[in-house]
Amino acid sequence: MGMTIVEKILARASGQAAVKAGDVLEPKVDLAMSHENAALVVNQFLEIYKDTGREPRVWDPSRVAIIFDHRVPAESPKTATNQKKVREFVARHMISKFHDIRGDLGGICHQILPESGYVRPGAVVVGTDSHTTSHGALGAFAFGIGATEMASVWTLGFAVNIEVPATIKVVVSGTFPAMVGPKDLILHIIGKISSQGANYRVIEFHGDTIKRMSTSGRLVICNMSVEAGATSGIVPADEETVTYLREEAGVKDALDLVQPDGDAVYQQVIAIDVSALEPQIACPHTVDNVKPLAAVAGTRVNQVVIGSCTNGRLDDIAMAASLVRGKKVAQNTRMLVFPASGRIYQRALDAGYIGDLMRAGAVVMNPGCGPCLGVHEGALGDGEVALSTTNRNFKGRMGNPTGEVYLCSPAVAAASAVTGVITDPRRGA
Amino acid sequence: MAHVVYLVGDDISTDVIYPGRYMATVLPTETPQFAFVDDAAFNGKLKNKQVPPGSIIVAGQNFGCGSSREQAVSTLKGHELVIIARSVARIFMQNAVNLGLRLVVAPGITAAVGDELTIEDDRVVNTTSGAVFPIERLPRARQAIVDAGGLIAYTRKRLMGTPAA
Ligand code: SF4
Repeated sequence: MGMTIVEKILARASGQAAVKAGDVLEPKVDLAMSHENAALVVNQFLEIYKDTGREPRVWDPSRVAIIFDHRVPAESPKTATNQKKVREFVARHMISKFHDIRGDLGGICHQILPESGYVRPGAVVVGTDSHTTSHGALGAFAFGIGATEMASVWTLGFAVNIEVPATIKVVVSGTFPAMVGPKDLILHIIGKISSQGANYRVIEFHGDTIKRMSTSGRLVICNMSVEAGATSGIVPADEETVTYLREEAGVKDALDLVQPDGDAVYQQVIAIDVSALEPQIACPHTVDNVKPLAAVAGTRVNQVVIGSCTNGRLDDIAMAASLVRGKKVAQNTRMLVFPASGRIYQRALDAGYIGDLMRAGAVVMNPGCGPCLGVHEGALGDGEVALSTTNRNFKGRMGNPTGEVYLCSPAVAAASAVTGVITDPRRGA
Repeated sequence: MAHVVYLVGDDISTDVIYPGRYMATVLPTETPQFAFVDDAAFNGKLKNKQVPPGSIIVAGQNFGCGSSREQAVSTLKGHELVIIARSVARIFMQNAVNLGLRLVVAPGITAAVGDELTIEDDRVVNTTSGAVFPIERLPRARQAIVDAGGLIAYTRKRLMGTPAA
């Protein structure tokens, strides 16, 4: 019986010839990522060692990545102290893949991992962040876990009692219309299958549209697979993956482009043609409350947010800049842009995008999670409406339970920043 | 036997259970104060100890969706709440198992605040309405962690080389 990509990855990682959905395994972990919540992981890790008489030891410090991104620079003494404790732990345990608060090497974990070459096709990646699914864009099996589970991985080097997930195959065909892209595609899929349509399962993306899609676009669709409940999203690694890893991430060693077997068993196959796809919007307060833009066009917007691990990459910022260049952000609308990493920020600066955005009236913030999770910057006022390229619109997500968050592509967000209302970018801002 | 103290609908995210703005608070001794903090009435009852340990929250589909933050589990565990949901998001379920939060999946559950429920091996009985709801069993893989008393104890056992339960 053939295997899906994830079955193949898990078979290799657990030293078995073949595995199938439902099997319980203990796969070796290739990369274990945390952000500020490493503070909690450290506590739990020390707890495991308590009264054992053993010296706490991370199984392989070269496989642990810690990226500060959720609250950078620290918004409170409490966060700053958490970060300080993690820094001390990193030094003591010689964790090499550590990205502190820096303008050059800092950024959001789900951007830092790919661009730094930490993720390879066929790898098992775990992260104490639900959007760890992003790294499936490079053909890895990547999934989110809690802090205690991470402490267990730091101790043992494998994930305990993992059930092999079943896989849903999504086959995407057709060419995107102008101003429509990967974000619209994944919102459309989530709307179609619901916020738990892929719960406990993997989404494997196929089709000519995916083949032609850049790694940046693949990161978008894998990132948001978790919003349909998926354990992970995954794109079969191909020429594009190799080019990205060699040229962008500087990876030199051999790559194993794991492919699914022709007779792999899928729980479900979904076909989607994007040729006539409209810009999509996820309306408050669930990500699967997806409508074509036309249904909510004209809705007044107080804050436009462009950035995050979903849409804070160079192509997103270029798109936004092109739509506001020579124009002005509407009165009574705030436009916040936060690039996903220092590298992206620098390139956007060199390309003139940052200048275009600032001259239009946008506020360009430092790389990090910024307003995405409502802890730090860009909180909404009571009853205010945000239009955002981030990935979640749950009640309270942007820091105020009475606020409303609509999710969309960078093109829709930028076009709407100029008009102050939800606007179809194809009609011109 | 315990009473239902709170009812929530579908897709209750970790942002609702434990908003991101309190994520710098990590210690299980400190997280309970922020449980459902944006619902001032229920949060107030919890903080003022008006909710007896073992009380039940009944939830709809996809409870605990969203972020992997473990505080969303430790905050409920701190009040010794029991969750009965129609379905539960994957990471929340795993975190609940890992930390020992009592979480029951009963796909058909319906109840009103104040109802008295009894959780048996394979079913929940609503003794107020008389209705009975089958329980979905935990997968084998997760039960081993529950039996060990949570993932810290389970991992410690594995670390010390004793065969796992
Ligand atoms: S940008 Fe938002 S969704 Fe992405 S890792 Fe940061 S907080 Fe999470």
